[in-house]
Amino acid sequence: MNKLSRRQIITTGLAATAAASGLAVAGKLAGRYGLIPPDSGGIYGPGETLTYVAQRVLTRHTLAREFSQSQISNDPFANPVDPLGEEFQRFQSGAFVDWRLAVDGMIARPAFFSVAELKSFPARTQITMIGCEEGWTYIAEWTGVPLSHILELVGTLPQARYVVYRSIQPEAWDSIDMAEALHPQTLVSYGMNGVDLPVPFGGPLRMRIPRQLGYKNVKYITRLTITDNLKQFGKGLGSGELGAEDGYAWYAGI
Amino acid sequence: MRLEFDGYSVHSACTIGTLSRMTETIRPRHSLFVRVTHWLTVLSFLSLLVTGVEIIISHPRFYWGETGNVNTRPLFTIPIPSSRSSVPTGYGYVLPDQNGWSRYLHFQSAWIVAGTGLLYVAFGFFGGHFRRNLLPARSDLSPKRLGISIAHHLRFERPSSEEAWSYNVLQRLTYLVVIFLCFPLIIWTGLAMSPAFESLVPATVLGGHQSARTIHFFMTGFLVVFLLLHVLMVVLAGFRNRMRAMISGRVTEPQERV
Repeated sequence: MNKLSRRQIITTGLAATAAASGLAVAGKLAGRYGLIPPDSGGIYGPGETLTYVAQRVLTRHTLAREFSQSQISNDPFANPVDPLGEEFQRFQSGAFVDWRLAVDGMIARPAFFSVAELKSFPARTQITMIGCEEGWTYIAEWTGVPLSHILELVGTLPQARYVVYRSIQPEAWDSIDMAEALHPQTLVSYGMNGVDLPVPFGGPLRMRIPRQLGYKNVKYITRLTITDNLKQFGKGLGSGELGAEDGYAWYAGI
Repeated sequence: MRLEFDGYSVHSACTIGTLSRMTETIRPRHSLFVRVTHWLTVLSFLSLLVTGVEIIISHPRFYWGETGNVNTRPLFTIPIPSSRSSVPTGYGYVLPDQNGWSRYLHFQSAWIVAGTGLLYVAFGFFGGHFRRNLLPARSDLSPKRLGISIAHHLRFERPSSEEAWSYNVLQRLTYLVVIFLCFPLIIWTGLAMSPAFESLVPATVLGGHQSARTIHFFMTGFLVVFLLLHVLMVVLAGFRNRMRAMISGRVTEPQERV
């Protein structure tokens, strides 16, 4: 074996060792800062973890684009959902007066909020895009309470790391990390294009997370649970049968 | 450089006993780095292609501007069935949803191709690979020389044996376009579709979110055409030799018979 190829082997060996230890250190650091997504197991775990870490390092505070009034879509598309049951129809026939958003978990003051109470809180109105993982998009004006306001109101404990949100449709539950939950554009929305949020678009209450794809924006939400661990929810993947348990990534900022 | 070691004469002049020692002293046709990054790119590109097609099947409609959905008139549609019942395709059936794993694998492969690409570009600049192997000689860029090269290609002429050691001018230009135009543009348009990333990698200059998606699709088409032509050229130039050159780095076998 000549000198050049021996040098190549040594260099390659060193590079491989450096890469492996770099990955190990990165993994440790990611774990320490809570940057391991709940669906990090399995063969797609490395890519998913890299995406989540990169996004949290680069885009923790960036804002989703906001648009002008003239860019609002005339033809928004309400993605069909599973049939809404009798319980929902009872709420609907009562104009959602009895609809409650329960807030529980790692908070000082568990609470129930009616839609009217939520409307009395400081509101945020923003014209943003919603994009489906399938590729289609529309732009609308959403109005709602910043989730951060609700989290402050109920006295969220410092060790909280995730917000789990549940829908009247038991299969449609999901969760976000605190970076997303405290982001100023993350809303519990009740209005769209100047009117009450229409039922096909998730009314009376819909999570509106413009920095993540449509499927994270769960419709008909009834309950927020603040937690430090997603393992205890469903299969521990961070979202239900319409998300990670159906093979979809938990982090949907891409 | 390439004349220092003529693979064929080494092979035919030596007995088997000395052959192995002599071939080891020959510079490989492609450096180890180029070979490893080439095959990593092949694997991740194919996986991006398959998963990308799966994702398109869930919405085989394309638009221009910021927004587009089934209520919007598309720029064009691909006449295939869809994996979503909400998309009007004219087919009476809906394909199974494959987007979950397709999206996971698409982004995992994107990480591999982007990482490999960054290393390759760094190596290409600092290791002299671009200057030595990809930058066309000024004399080769004259209309006359370019015309000759194009004519050679159009006649599907088998390249001369000395071309086994170097890229011709059209090859160099094509590789440069793929490396410095197609790949950056497809990565940019991909990132411009990310709702969390779009404020850092704006789609606005491309015409909007849907425009980025459409450009991403056309870039894929361009790269697929490149891939097909590339493989065709490899077959014309001698499939086994060129594959060996890209796998083991050696070009010491006699030319294949056509």
